[in-house]
Amino acid sequence: MLTLWFIIVALMLATYVILDGFDLGAGILHFCVARTDNERRAVLHSIGPVWDGNEVWLLAAGGTLYFAFPLLYASSFSGFYLPLIMVVWMLMGRAMGIEFRHHIRNEVWTQLFDFLFMISSALLAIFYGAALGNVIRGVPLDQNGLFFEPLWTNFRVGAQNGILDWYTVLAGLVAFFALALHGANWLAMKTDGEVRRRARHTAGFAWYAVVLLTILSLVATIWVRPGVLDNYRVYPVGYLIPVVVFASLLLMRWFHARERDCSAFLSGAVYLAFMLVGAAFALYPVLLPSSTNPANSLTIYNVGSSAYGMKVGLVWWILGILIAVGYFVFLFRFFRGRVHVEEGQEGY
Amino acid sequence: MDSALAVDRLQFAFTITFHYLFPQLTMGLALLIVWLKTQAIRRNDPQYDAAARFWAKIFGINFVLGVITGIPMEFQFGTNWARFSHYAGGVIGQTLAMEGVFAFFLESAFLGLFLYGEKRLSKWGHWAAAFMVFLGSWLSGYFIVATDAWMQHPVAYAPLGDGNVQVSSFWGLLLNPWAIWQYCHNMSGAVITGSFVMAALGAFYLLSRKHTEQAQIYVRTGVVAGVIFSILQLFPTGDTQGKMVARYQPATLAAMEALYDTTSGAPLHIIGQPDVENKTIDNPISLPKALSFLTYKRWNAEVKGLNAFPPDQLPTNIDLLYYSYRIMVGLGTIFIAIMVVSAFLLWRKKLFATRPALWVLMLAFPFPYIANTAGWITAEVGRQPWLVYGLLRTEHGTSTMVSSGNVWFTTLGFMGMYTVLALLFIFLVRREIEAGPQAANPGAAKPAVAAAG
Repeated sequence: MLTLWFIIVALMLATYVILDGFDLGAGILHFCVARTDNERRAVLHSIGPVWDGNEVWLLAAGGTLYFAFPLLYASSFSGFYLPLIMVVWMLMGRAMGIEFRHHIRNEVWTQLFDFLFMISSALLAIFYGAALGNVIRGVPLDQNGLFFEPLWTNFRVGAQNGILDWYTVLAGLVAFFALALHGANWLAMKTDGEVRRRARHTAGFAWYAVVLLTILSLVATIWVRPGVLDNYRVYPVGYLIPVVVFASLLLMRWFHARERDCSAFLSGAVYLAFMLVGAAFALYPVLLPSSTNPANSLTIYNVGSSAYGMKVGLVWWILGILIAVGYFVFLFRFFRGRVHVEEGQEGY
Repeated sequence: MDSALAVDRLQFAFTITFHYLFPQLTMGLALLIVWLKTQAIRRNDPQYDAAARFWAKIFGINFVLGVITGIPMEFQFGTNWARFSHYAGGVIGQTLAMEGVFAFFLESAFLGLFLYGEKRLSKWGHWAAAFMVFLGSWLSGYFIVATDAWMQHPVAYAPLGDGNVQVSSFWGLLLNPWAIWQYCHNMSGAVITGSFVMAALGAFYLLSRKHTEQAQIYVRTGVVAGVIFSILQLFPTGDTQGKMVARYQPATLAAMEALYDTTSGAPLHIIGQPDVENKTIDNPISLPKALSFLTYKRWNAEVKGLNAFPPDQLPTNIDLLYYSYRIMVGLGTIFIAIMVVSAFLLWRKKLFATRPALWVLMLAFPFPYIANTAGWITAEVGRQPWLVYGLLRTEHGTSTMVSSGNVWFTTLGFMGMYTVLALLFIFLVRREIEAGPQAANPGAAKPAVAAAG
């Protein structure tokens, strides 16, 4: 049961990264692929009906984490205090950028909110990557399973961790480029004309950055925390995960060259999913490793809820997620196809 | 740690109070918009469609503000109240996760369809989208109220070996009697805000002789819903809620009334300032024996006073509790008076021409916001000194690892951000009110001018 909830939380977070990932990516590229007001509106139109629902996966995953592993929620949310509140601020800024822009047709107004949308999307991507980097590297947990990290200390990976050190900054860059590439693939699939051309162009060179950073981050991870390979040694089937990661990158390139935008986008989703699956596979059964004393690590065994709560939770969770998936299929089908923005049209 | 506790409380109180200004309107408007859409179909009247379209714009702006200011709430449980989350996560994690899975997905999926899909959907399809948005927002309200109700009146839990608690009955948690009555009281309060705002804008347009036809729909809808829900707010929902407090939180009841000695035939103070140090009330005007009667339906029933409880189990801010309760009840009574008189004039077909009544309706709209806020202050200050009533004291719920300096940093950040949000909100809503509703086009059913060529 504990393992099942570990998988559920990991799956919900992966779903969040894939879904919100493309609209974060679209935000990162907002200024780079769209120059005129119509082009910017095309970008916003492509994510407009779905971004809010995508973001709900974060809140739902957070809520699920809360009830399945209360101590983990308490420990990580208070330990990552400042970066999490900043994530909240950026989520708020991003929502303002997307939802307030279209109220007034004035260049100063729209440019302000375009900028807010772009900068908060970019910073969020970097923060998410750094957060995952912190989880893999470990944090200085005490015997009560609690910790607190300042934003940065000396940028070295050591006993006095800050949120940001060279390793987590690297993870942040991986996330930034990976989501930018994901967003570029999304825009290539959902728009046409100039925006699509620029998105495809961006996807072309972002791909090289992602390949390079993926290799670098794998090497760095093994160097910073050799323990990540333990599960792979015990269950060699895990070595398939990095194989899928690189296969999906190659496939993405192949589809990209043949202008099969949808398939390229889906390969990108597989890439993101298996990067996260690889991390979860390496961590299990640990949820948050201690960088100071391995005995203090939070595992599914010492933070899990009771059996009754998890059992009853499973019933409503399956029901709720089936309904939610139904909405998403309906919504993405309803708004399928490339977006066309015309002068004077309402909405985004 | 003491100072961190104070700032943690300040931050939660500030962010939740600001947040709830928006959902109380959207939850109320959601119901009224479904009503307008139903009328549009039933009467086949495009005026009602135009009204729904206009209110959807106001709804949309408020909804976005509600989403933006709602994100910090769930985070704060973990960031600022880690010990509470660890203690109670096995119980309230259930309701909070259900809110995400059942309500947020529903709302977010259908809001876009409702706001931007009218042209692509059939009449009933668009009605269904409006209904789903209503359902999502009201479900969301239930899960949040059920969470708060468990903190007010913990049920269906079992202690774990490590001193924390765990849900022991799923339905017991969801059907907590406190949650059911608190929900009815709270949602009725939200509809009151929605109907006063709708009526106020209608009254404003009528007084300024603009958009008359639309304005009459707003006033009529607002007054009809307002009179129904103002009465429901008092009875049975408010009355039962009060009895719940008397039964399960007797110290809170004594503090709400600033009643020091246990009294048979206790009076109800209408006016008077409590003096907690000297245990008196200055210049009271009271209804004799009314408190006993309202609480127990017997004029001479005994009501326990503050002196009957150990000092460390009394609410920590008796003054604020006393006033917030009075503001809520006093305003609630005034709402009934305003709405009953307006409904009478509406029935006599005189309301739209009675300018003083329109002035009152127009100026009344801020007060439901105040009453709803005062009601929540009564509930949450009344729960003190407990975070989970009788189980976990508030000072034992904070994050031990987060210093007061860090909490001040984020609190000031929220204050700055919310100031900007408030200005943007007022600016955007003012624009919509200035632009007004688009006139319903009765000729819309006819084919448009044939395209030349």
